[in-house]
Amino acid sequence: MSDGSSGQARTTAEAFEIKVGLAEMLKGGVIMDVTTPEQAKIAEDAGAAAVMALERVPADIRRDGGVARMSAVSVIEAIQKTVSIPVMAKVRIGHVVEARLLEALGVDFIDESEVLTPADDENHVWKHDFRSPFVCGARNLGEALRRIAEGAAMIRTKGEAGSGNIVEAVRHLRSVCGEMRAVQAMREEELMAKAKELQAPIELVRHVHEHGKLPVPNFAAGGVATPADAALCRELGAEAVFVGSGIFKSDDPENRARAIVRANTHWDDPAEILAASRGLARPMEGIEMGTLEERDKLANRGW
Amino acid sequence: MTRIGILAIQGDIEAHAAASERVGGCTVRVLREKDLDGIDALILPGGESTTIAKGLARLGLYEPLRQFAATGRPLLGTCAGAILLSREVENHPVETLGLLDAVAARNAYGTQVDSFAALSDAGSEAPFRDLRCTFIRAPQLRDLGPDVQVLARVEGRPVLVRQRRVLAATFHPELGEGPSPVHRLLLALADEAAGPA
Repeated sequence: MSDGSSGQARTTAEAFEIKVGLAEMLKGGVIMDVTTPEQAKIAEDAGAAAVMALERVPADIRRDGGVARMSAVSVIEAIQKTVSIPVMAKVRIGHVVEARLLEALGVDFIDESEVLTPADDENHVWKHDFRSPFVCGARNLGEALRRIAEGAAMIRTKGEAGSGNIVEAVRHLRSVCGEMRAVQAMREEELMAKAKELQAPIELVRHVHEHGKLPVPNFAAGGVATPADAALCRELGAEAVFVGSGIFKSDDPENRARAIVRANTHWDDPAEILAASRGLARPMEGIEMGTLEERDKLANRGW
Repeated sequence: MTRIGILAIQGDIEAHAAASERVGGCTVRVLREKDLDGIDALILPGGESTTIAKGLARLGLYEPLRQFAATGRPLLGTCAGAILLSREVENHPVETLGLLDAVAARNAYGTQVDSFAALSDAGSEAPFRDLRCTFIRAPQLRDLGPDVQVLARVEGRPVLVRQRRVLAATFHPELGEGPSPVHRLLLALADEAAGPA
Protein backbone atom coordinates (compact mmCIF):
# COMPACT_ATOMS: atom_id res chain seq x y z
CA MET A 1 0.00 0.00 0.00
CA SER A 2 2.92 2.30 0.62
CA ASP A 3 4.75 1.65 -2.66
CA GLY A 4 3.41 4.93 -3.97
CA SER A 5 1.65 3.20 -6.85
CA SER A 6 -1.44 5.40 -6.67
CA GLY A 7 0.41 8.57 -5.72
CA GLN A 8 2.49 10.79 -7.96
CA ALA A 9 5.87 12.11 -6.89
CA ARG A 10 5.30 14.91 -4.41
CA THR A 11 7.26 18.08 -3.87
CA THR A 12 8.10 18.77 -0.23
CA ALA A 13 5.57 21.61 -0.01
CA GLU A 14 2.83 19.54 -1.64
CA ALA A 15 3.63 16.55 0.55
CA PHE A 16 3.40 18.73 3.65
CA GLU A 17 0.03 20.12 2.54
CA ILE A 18 -1.35 16.59 2.10
CA LYS A 19 -0.08 15.57 5.54
CA VAL A 20 -1.54 18.65 7.22
CA GLY A 21 -4.75 17.92 5.29
CA LEU A 22 -5.40 14.79 7.33
CA ALA A 23 -4.71 16.69 10.55
CA GLU A 24 -7.34 19.25 9.41
CA MET A 25 -9.86 16.44 8.93
CA LEU A 26 -9.30 15.23 12.50
CA LYS A 27 -10.20 18.62 14.02
CA GLY A 28 -13.09 18.55 16.44
CA GLY A 29 -12.48 14.84 16.98
CA VAL A 30 -11.36 12.52 19.74
CA ILE A 31 -8.39 10.21 19.14
CA MET A 32 -8.43 7.22 21.45
CA ASP A 33 -5.63 4.89 22.61
CA VAL A 34 -6.52 1.23 22.00
CA THR A 35 -4.57 -1.99 22.58
CA THR A 36 -6.82 -4.58 20.89
CA PRO A 37 -9.16 -4.79 17.88
CA GLU A 38 -12.09 -5.07 20.35
CA GLN A 39 -11.14 -1.76 21.96
CA ALA A 40 -10.68 -0.21 18.51
CA LYS A 41 -14.24 -1.23 17.61
CA ILE A 42 -15.56 0.28 20.86
CA ALA A 43 -13.73 3.51 20.06
CA GLU A 44 -15.06 3.65 16.49
CA ASP A 45 -18.61 2.86 17.62
CA ALA A 46 -18.38 5.66 20.19
CA GLY A 47 -17.52 8.16 17.44
CA ALA A 48 -13.72 8.43 17.73
CA ALA A 49 -12.19 10.27 14.76
CA ALA A 50 -9.09 8.02 14.91
CA VAL A 51 -7.45 5.41 17.10
CA MET A 52 -3.89 5.13 18.41
CA ALA A 53 -2.73 1.50 18.27
CA LEU A 54 -0.61 0.61 21.31
CA GLU A 55 0.62 -2.46 23.17
CA ARG A 56 0.04 -0.84 26.57
CA VAL A 57 -1.75 2.38 27.48
CA PRO A 58 0.48 5.01 29.11
CA ALA A 59 -0.80 4.26 32.65
CA ASP A 60 0.44 0.66 32.28
CA ILE A 61 3.75 1.75 30.74
CA ARG A 62 4.23 4.00 33.77
CA ARG A 63 3.32 1.21 36.20
CA ASP A 64 5.34 -1.58 34.55
CA GLY A 65 8.48 0.43 33.77
CA GLY A 66 11.12 -1.03 31.44
CA VAL A 67 11.70 0.05 27.85
CA ALA A 68 8.55 0.97 25.93
CA ARG A 69 8.90 0.42 22.17
CA MET A 70 6.80 0.58 19.00
CA SER A 71 3.82 -1.81 19.20
CA ALA A 72 3.99 -5.31 17.77
CA VAL A 73 3.25 -5.27 14.04
CA SER A 74 0.50 -7.88 14.52
CA VAL A 75 -1.37 -5.61 16.99
CA ILE A 76 -1.31 -2.69 14.57
CA GLU A 77 -2.35 -4.83 11.59
CA ALA A 78 -5.24 -6.38 13.50
CA ILE A 79 -6.50 -2.93 14.46
CA GLN A 80 -6.10 -1.65 10.87
CA LYS A 81 -8.26 -4.55 9.67
CA THR A 82 -10.96 -3.83 12.25
CA VAL A 83 -11.74 -0.13 11.79
CA SER A 84 -12.35 2.25 8.89
CA ILE A 85 -11.22 5.39 10.76
CA PRO A 86 -7.54 6.46 10.63
CA VAL A 87 -5.08 4.34 12.62
CA MET A 88 -2.16 6.05 14.32
CA ALA A 89 0.79 4.40 16.07
CA LYS A 90 3.73 5.54 18.17
CA VAL A 91 7.49 5.40 17.55
CA ARG A 92 10.28 6.15 19.99
CA ILE A 93 11.73 9.67 19.69
CA GLY A 94 14.45 9.60 17.04
CA HIS A 95 13.81 6.01 15.95
CA VAL A 96 13.79 6.50 12.18
CA VAL A 97 13.57 2.76 11.46
CA GLU A 98 10.49 2.21 13.62
CA ALA A 99 8.98 5.14 11.72
CA ARG A 100 9.80 3.50 8.37
CA LEU A 101 8.12 0.29 9.56
CA LEU A 102 4.93 2.16 10.39
CA GLU A 103 5.02 3.92 7.04
CA ALA A 104 5.46 0.56 5.26
CA LEU A 105 2.45 -0.70 7.24
CA GLY A 106 0.39 2.18 5.82
CA VAL A 107 -0.31 3.68 9.24
CA ASP A 108 -2.24 6.96 8.77
CA PHE A 109 -0.37 9.07 11.34
CA ILE A 110 2.88 8.44 13.25
CA ASP A 111 3.21 9.78 16.80
CA GLU A 112 6.87 10.37 17.67
CA SER A 113 6.07 10.08 21.32
CA GLU A 114 7.62 10.76 24.69
CA VAL A 115 5.36 8.01 26.08
CA LEU A 116 7.82 5.48 24.61
CA THR A 117 11.45 5.29 25.76
CA PRO A 118 13.51 7.65 23.55
CA ALA A 119 15.89 6.03 21.05
CA ASP A 120 17.94 9.20 20.57
CA ASP A 121 18.49 11.70 23.35
CA GLU A 122 19.47 14.57 21.04
CA ASN A 123 17.70 14.25 17.69
CA HIS A 124 14.15 13.73 16.58
CA VAL A 125 13.23 12.03 13.29
CA TRP A 126 13.59 14.21 10.14
CA LYS A 127 9.92 13.91 9.29
CA HIS A 128 9.98 15.62 5.88
CA ASP A 129 11.45 12.41 4.43
CA PHE A 130 8.21 10.48 5.01
CA ARG A 131 4.92 10.15 3.14
CA SER A 132 3.20 9.45 6.46
CA PRO A 133 2.33 12.50 8.54
CA PHE A 134 3.75 12.85 12.06
CA VAL A 135 2.35 14.28 15.28
CA CYS A 136 4.75 15.37 18.03
CA GLY A 137 4.31 16.55 21.60
CA ALA A 138 5.27 20.01 22.82
CA ARG A 139 5.30 21.84 26.16
CA ASN A 140 5.83 25.32 24.74
CA LEU A 141 5.93 27.29 21.51
CA GLY A 142 9.66 26.83 20.85
CA GLU A 143 9.37 23.04 21.10
CA ALA A 144 6.27 23.07 18.85
CA LEU A 145 8.03 25.14 16.16
CA ARG A 146 11.16 22.94 16.25
CA ARG A 147 9.02 19.86 15.64
CA ILE A 148 7.16 21.62 12.79
CA ALA A 149 10.50 22.61 11.25
CA GLU A 150 11.44 18.90 11.29
CA GLY A 151 8.20 18.14 9.40
CA ALA A 152 5.53 17.46 12.04
CA ALA A 153 2.05 17.94 10.52
CA MET A 154 0.28 18.15 13.87
CA ILE A 155 1.28 19.31 17.34
CA ARG A 156 -0.24 18.06 20.57
CA THR A 157 0.51 19.05 24.12
CA LYS A 158 2.55 16.48 26.01
CA GLY A 159 0.54 16.86 29.17
CA GLU A 160 1.51 14.04 31.53
CA ALA A 161 0.46 10.80 29.82
CA GLY A 162 -1.02 8.07 31.97
CA SER A 163 -1.52 10.39 34.95
CA GLY A 164 -5.26 10.98 34.64
CA ASN A 165 -4.37 14.53 35.70
CA ILE A 166 -5.16 17.38 33.30
CA VAL A 167 -2.93 19.98 34.98
CA GLU A 168 0.11 19.46 32.72
CA ALA A 169 -1.92 19.58 29.49
CA VAL A 170 -3.45 22.83 30.74
CA ARG A 171 0.01 24.20 31.52
CA HIS A 172 1.28 23.28 28.03
CA LEU A 173 -1.79 24.66 26.23
CA ARG A 174 -1.60 27.93 28.16
CA SER A 175 2.11 28.14 27.40
CA VAL A 176 1.80 27.45 23.62
CA CYS A 177 -1.31 29.63 23.12
CA GLY A 178 -0.09 32.41 25.43
CA GLU A 179 3.28 32.62 23.68
CA MET A 180 1.50 32.76 20.32
CA ARG A 181 -0.58 35.72 21.48
CA ALA A 182 2.60 37.44 22.64
CA VAL A 183 4.37 36.82 19.30
CA GLN A 184 1.34 38.09 17.40
CA ALA A 185 1.44 41.36 19.34
CA MET A 186 5.16 41.96 18.73
CA ARG A 187 6.69 44.48 16.38
CA GLU A 188 8.39 43.03 13.32
CA GLU A 189 11.92 43.98 14.38
CA GLU A 190 11.45 42.05 17.64
CA LEU A 191 10.82 38.71 15.92
CA MET A 192 14.47 37.72 15.40
CA ALA A 193 15.28 38.12 19.08
CA LYS A 194 12.15 36.14 19.89
CA ALA A 195 13.22 33.37 17.47
CA LYS A 196 16.57 33.27 19.25
CA GLU A 197 14.85 33.02 22.63
CA LEU A 198 12.44 30.31 21.43
CA GLN A 199 15.24 28.44 19.62
CA ALA A 200 12.96 28.19 16.61
CA PRO A 201 13.28 29.15 12.91
CA ILE A 202 12.44 32.78 12.14
CA GLU A 203 10.11 31.79 9.23
CA LEU A 204 7.86 29.90 11.64
CA VAL A 205 7.97 32.67 14.24
CA ARG A 206 6.93 35.04 11.45
CA HIS A 207 4.03 32.72 10.54
CA VAL A 208 2.78 32.83 14.13
CA HIS A 209 3.18 36.63 14.16
CA GLU A 210 1.07 36.99 11.00
CA HIS A 211 -1.60 34.35 11.67
CA GLY A 212 -1.73 34.09 15.47
CA LYS A 213 -1.57 30.30 15.21
CA LEU A 214 0.66 27.39 14.30
CA PRO A 215 0.93 26.40 10.62
CA VAL A 216 -0.41 22.96 11.62
CA PRO A 217 -3.34 21.89 13.83
CA ASN A 218 -2.81 22.16 17.58
CA PHE A 219 -4.34 19.32 19.63
CA ALA A 220 -4.30 18.40 23.33
CA ALA A 221 -3.10 15.19 24.97
CA GLY A 222 -1.93 13.87 28.30
CA GLY A 223 -4.19 13.38 31.31
CA VAL A 224 -7.70 13.66 29.81
CA ALA A 225 -10.00 11.50 31.98
CA THR A 226 -13.47 13.11 31.89
CA PRO A 227 -15.82 14.81 29.39
CA ALA A 228 -15.14 18.07 31.24
CA ASP A 229 -11.36 17.59 30.82
CA ALA A 230 -11.84 17.27 27.05
CA ALA A 231 -14.02 20.39 26.94
CA LEU A 232 -11.47 22.30 29.05
CA CYS A 233 -8.77 21.56 26.47
CA ARG A 234 -11.02 22.92 23.70
CA GLU A 235 -11.82 25.98 25.83
CA LEU A 236 -8.09 26.73 26.09
CA GLY A 237 -7.57 26.54 22.32
CA ALA A 238 -6.95 22.88 21.48
CA GLU A 239 -8.58 21.91 18.16
CA ALA A 240 -9.07 18.23 19.07
CA VAL A 241 -8.26 15.89 21.94
CA PHE A 242 -6.29 12.66 22.41
CA VAL A 243 -7.46 10.37 25.20
CA GLY A 244 -4.91 7.79 26.30
CA SER A 245 -5.52 5.78 29.43
CA GLY A 246 -8.65 7.77 30.34
CA ILE A 247 -11.11 5.54 28.50
CA PHE A 248 -9.94 1.95 28.87
CA LYS A 249 -8.64 2.47 32.43
CA SER A 250 -12.10 3.65 33.54
CA ASP A 251 -14.87 1.36 34.81
CA ASP A 252 -17.16 1.78 31.78
CA PRO A 253 -15.16 2.47 28.59
CA GLU A 254 -18.13 2.40 26.15
CA ASN A 255 -20.12 5.10 27.91
CA ARG A 256 -17.09 7.18 28.82
CA ALA A 257 -15.86 7.13 25.22
CA ARG A 258 -19.26 8.28 23.95
CA ALA A 259 -19.48 10.95 26.64
CA ILE A 260 -16.05 12.38 25.80
CA VAL A 261 -16.95 12.51 22.08
CA ARG A 262 -20.18 14.33 22.91
CA ALA A 263 -18.49 16.84 25.24
CA ASN A 264 -15.85 17.47 22.60
CA THR A 265 -18.43 18.35 19.92
CA HIS A 266 -20.34 20.62 22.33
CA TRP A 267 -17.35 21.89 24.34
CA ASP A 268 -18.86 25.36 24.79
CA ASP A 269 -22.34 24.13 25.82
CA PRO A 270 -22.50 23.32 29.58
CA ALA A 271 -25.93 21.65 29.25
CA GLU A 272 -24.51 19.14 26.76
CA ILE A 273 -21.42 18.45 28.87
CA LEU A 274 -23.68 17.93 31.87
CA ALA A 275 -25.81 15.47 29.93
CA ALA A 276 -22.67 13.69 28.73
CA SER A 277 -21.29 13.47 32.28
CA ARG A 278 -24.44 12.10 33.92
CA GLY A 279 -24.44 8.49 35.10
CA LEU A 280 -20.84 7.66 34.24
CA ALA A 281 -19.02 4.96 36.24
CA ARG A 282 -15.74 5.78 38.01
CA PRO A 283 -12.98 7.46 35.98
CA MET A 284 -9.41 6.16 36.01
CA GLU A 285 -7.36 6.70 39.16
CA GLY A 286 -5.26 9.85 38.91
CA ILE A 287 -1.79 10.82 40.08
CA GLU A 288 -1.12 14.09 41.92
CA MET A 289 1.82 15.79 40.15
CA GLY A 290 3.59 16.58 43.44
CA THR A 291 4.02 12.85 44.09
CA LEU A 292 5.82 12.30 40.76
CA GLU A 293 9.60 12.54 40.71
CA GLU A 294 10.94 14.85 38.00
CA ARG A 295 12.73 11.87 36.37
CA ASP A 296 9.40 9.98 36.14
CA LYS A 297 7.69 12.74 34.16
CA LEU A 298 7.29 11.59 30.56
CA ALA A 299 6.92 15.19 29.37
CA ASN A 300 10.62 15.82 30.05
CA ARG A 301 11.53 13.48 27.18
CA GLY A 302 12.17 15.21 23.84
CA TRP A 303 14.08 18.43 23.24
CA MET B 1 -25.25 38.51 2.44
CA THR B 2 -25.61 34.80 1.72
CA ARG B 3 -25.62 32.81 4.95
CA ILE B 4 -23.84 29.49 4.72
CA GLY B 5 -24.37 26.93 7.46
CA ILE B 6 -21.59 24.47 8.24
CA LEU B 7 -22.41 21.23 9.99
CA ALA B 8 -20.20 21.47 13.09
CA ILE B 9 -20.11 17.94 14.53
CA GLN B 10 -16.51 17.21 13.52
CA GLY B 11 -14.07 17.93 10.70
CA ASP B 12 -12.50 20.85 8.83
CA ILE B 13 -15.27 23.29 9.74
CA GLU B 14 -12.88 26.21 10.01
CA ALA B 15 -11.39 25.63 6.54
CA HIS B 16 -14.92 25.65 5.05
CA ALA B 17 -15.78 28.84 6.93
CA ALA B 18 -12.65 30.55 5.56
CA ALA B 19 -13.34 29.29 2.01
CA SER B 20 -16.97 30.49 2.18
CA GLU B 21 -15.93 33.90 3.47
CA ARG B 22 -13.30 34.23 0.71
CA VAL B 23 -16.06 34.07 -1.92
CA GLY B 24 -18.26 36.56 -0.06
CA GLY B 25 -20.51 34.44 2.15
CA CYS B 26 -21.01 34.68 5.89
CA THR B 27 -21.06 31.51 7.95
CA VAL B 28 -22.90 29.96 10.89
CA ARG B 29 -22.25 26.67 12.70
CA VAL B 30 -25.06 24.11 12.56
CA LEU B 31 -25.59 21.61 15.39
CA ARG B 32 -29.38 21.80 15.91
CA GLU B 33 -32.48 21.71 13.76
CA LYS B 34 -33.19 25.35 14.64
CA ASP B 35 -29.75 26.35 13.27
CA LEU B 36 -31.11 25.50 9.80
CA ASP B 37 -33.60 28.38 9.98
CA GLY B 38 -32.40 31.37 8.04
CA ILE B 39 -29.44 29.79 6.30
CA ASP B 40 -29.26 29.82 2.51
CA ALA B 41 -26.96 26.84 1.97
CA LEU B 42 -25.42 24.03 4.02
CA ILE B 43 -21.94 22.50 3.93
CA LEU B 44 -21.16 19.00 5.19
CA PRO B 45 -17.40 19.26 5.80
CA GLY B 46 -14.55 16.80 5.46
CA GLY B 47 -13.77 14.71 8.51
CA GLU B 48 -14.57 11.18 9.57
CA SER B 49 -17.89 9.99 8.15
CA THR B 50 -18.49 7.49 11.00
CA THR B 51 -17.97 10.24 13.60
CA ILE B 52 -20.22 12.71 11.80
CA ALA B 53 -22.89 10.05 11.10
CA LYS B 54 -23.04 9.12 14.79
CA GLY B 55 -23.40 12.79 15.69
CA LEU B 56 -26.22 13.23 13.15
CA ALA B 57 -28.05 10.26 14.67
CA ARG B 58 -27.58 11.44 18.26
CA LEU B 59 -28.77 14.96 17.38
CA GLY B 60 -31.70 13.65 15.33
CA LEU B 61 -30.58 15.65 12.29
CA TYR B 62 -31.09 13.18 9.41
CA GLU B 63 -34.72 14.07 8.77
CA PRO B 64 -34.29 17.85 9.27
CA LEU B 65 -31.40 17.83 6.77
CA ARG B 66 -33.55 15.98 4.21
CA GLN B 67 -36.31 18.54 4.77
CA PHE B 68 -33.77 21.33 4.34
CA ALA B 69 -32.80 19.87 0.96
CA ALA B 70 -36.47 19.52 0.01
CA THR B 71 -36.91 23.31 0.34
CA GLY B 72 -34.53 23.62 -2.64
CA ARG B 73 -31.70 25.22 -0.71
CA PRO B 74 -28.29 23.92 -1.85
CA LEU B 75 -25.91 21.56 -0.06
CA LEU B 76 -22.22 20.90 -0.57
CA GLY B 77 -20.51 17.81 0.84
CA THR B 78 -16.75 17.33 0.62
CA CYS B 79 -15.07 13.94 1.20
CA ALA B 80 -16.86 12.65 4.34
CA GLY B 81 -19.67 15.08 3.46
CA ALA B 82 -19.98 13.55 -0.02
CA ILE B 83 -20.25 10.08 1.55
CA LEU B 84 -23.08 11.31 3.81
CA LEU B 85 -24.97 12.79 0.83
CA SER B 86 -24.84 9.56 -1.20
CA ARG B 87 -27.63 6.99 -1.50
CA GLU B 88 -25.48 4.22 -0.02
CA VAL B 89 -21.96 3.25 1.00
CA GLU B 90 -20.53 0.06 -0.45
CA ASN B 91 -17.94 -0.64 2.27
CA HIS B 92 -17.90 0.17 6.03
CA PRO B 93 -21.50 1.40 5.75
CA VAL B 94 -22.73 4.48 7.58
CA GLU B 95 -26.28 5.87 7.52
CA THR B 96 -26.51 8.38 4.67
CA LEU B 97 -28.90 11.17 3.71
CA GLY B 98 -29.68 9.75 0.26
CA LEU B 99 -29.69 13.18 -1.39
CA LEU B 100 -27.25 12.22 -4.16
CA ASP B 101 -27.98 9.32 -6.51
CA ALA B 102 -24.55 7.68 -6.23
CA VAL B 103 -22.79 4.93 -4.31
CA ALA B 104 -19.79 5.97 -2.20
CA ALA B 105 -16.72 3.76 -1.75
CA ARG B 106 -14.86 4.84 1.38
CA ASN B 107 -11.03 5.13 1.50
CA ALA B 108 -11.08 4.09 -2.15
CA TYR B 109 -7.47 5.09 -2.85
CA GLY B 110 -5.99 3.49 0.30
CA THR B 111 -4.62 4.88 3.55
CA GLN B 112 -3.00 8.26 4.19
CA VAL B 113 0.27 7.25 2.48
CA ASP B 114 -1.81 7.00 -0.73
CA SER B 115 -3.32 10.49 -0.33
CA PHE B 116 -2.38 12.81 -3.21
CA ALA B 117 -2.97 16.03 -5.11
CA ALA B 118 -3.71 16.19 -8.85
CA LEU B 119 -5.06 18.57 -11.49
CA SER B 120 -8.57 17.89 -12.73
CA ASP B 121 -8.89 16.56 -16.28
CA ALA B 122 -8.95 19.02 -19.19
CA GLY B 123 -12.39 17.72 -20.18
CA SER B 124 -13.98 18.97 -16.91
CA GLU B 125 -16.60 21.77 -16.92
CA ALA B 126 -15.18 25.29 -17.37
CA PRO B 127 -14.37 26.68 -13.90
CA PHE B 128 -13.32 23.23 -12.67
CA ARG B 129 -10.77 22.50 -15.40
CA ASP B 130 -7.12 22.16 -14.35
CA LEU B 131 -8.25 22.65 -10.77
CA ARG B 132 -5.77 21.47 -8.16
CA CYS B 133 -7.56 18.81 -6.11
CA THR B 134 -6.32 17.42 -2.79
CA PHE B 135 -7.46 13.90 -1.92
CA ILE B 136 -7.14 12.83 1.73
CA ARG B 137 -8.06 9.16 2.33
CA ALA B 138 -10.64 10.01 -0.29
CA PRO B 139 -13.78 8.17 -1.34
CA GLN B 140 -14.95 7.52 -4.91
CA LEU B 141 -18.47 8.01 -6.26
CA ARG B 142 -19.82 5.19 -8.42
CA ASP B 143 -23.06 4.13 -10.16
CA LEU B 144 -24.14 7.72 -10.75
CA GLY B 145 -27.87 8.09 -11.44
CA PRO B 146 -29.24 9.78 -14.60
CA ASP B 147 -29.80 13.12 -12.81
CA VAL B 148 -26.22 13.37 -11.63
CA GLN B 149 -24.00 15.62 -13.70
CA VAL B 150 -20.20 15.25 -13.54
CA LEU B 151 -18.54 18.68 -13.23
CA ALA B 152 -14.95 17.50 -12.82
CA ARG B 153 -12.93 14.33 -13.18
CA VAL B 154 -9.42 13.27 -12.16
CA GLU B 155 -7.89 10.42 -14.14
CA GLY B 156 -11.32 9.84 -15.66
CA ARG B 157 -13.09 9.34 -12.31
CA PRO B 158 -15.83 11.76 -11.17
CA VAL B 159 -14.56 13.96 -8.32
CA LEU B 160 -17.12 16.79 -8.41
CA VAL B 161 -20.78 16.07 -9.18
CA ARG B 162 -24.07 17.92 -9.08
CA GLN B 163 -27.64 16.76 -8.77
CA ARG B 164 -29.84 19.86 -9.05
CA ARG B 165 -28.70 21.89 -6.01
CA VAL B 166 -26.71 19.15 -4.30
CA LEU B 167 -22.93 19.31 -4.85
CA ALA B 168 -20.47 16.63 -3.82
CA ALA B 169 -16.67 16.69 -4.06
CA THR B 170 -14.45 13.73 -3.19
CA PHE B 171 -11.54 16.19 -2.79
CA HIS B 172 -11.14 19.27 -0.57
CA PRO B 173 -11.83 22.55 -2.40
CA GLU B 174 -11.85 24.23 1.04
CA LEU B 175 -8.11 23.65 1.57
CA GLY B 176 -5.68 26.09 -0.01
CA GLU B 177 -5.50 29.85 -0.08
CA GLY B 178 -7.29 30.97 -3.24
CA PRO B 179 -11.03 31.51 -3.88
CA SER B 180 -12.68 28.13 -4.46
CA PRO B 181 -14.87 27.84 -7.59
CA VAL B 182 -16.84 25.10 -5.82
CA HIS B 183 -17.83 27.45 -2.98
CA ARG B 184 -18.57 30.14 -5.57
CA LEU B 185 -21.01 27.75 -7.28
CA LEU B 186 -22.63 26.96 -3.92
CA LEU B 187 -23.22 30.68 -3.36
CA ALA B 188 -24.66 31.08 -6.87
CA LEU B 189 -27.04 28.16 -6.26
CA ALA B 190 -28.09 29.71 -2.93
CA ASP B 191 -28.89 33.00 -4.67
CA GLU B 192 -30.79 31.13 -7.40
CA ALA B 193 -32.80 29.22 -4.73
CA ALA B 194 -33.62 32.47 -2.91
CA GLY B 195 -35.13 33.78 -6.16
CA PRO B 196 -34.97 37.32 -7.58
CA ALA B 197 -33.98 39.84 -4.91
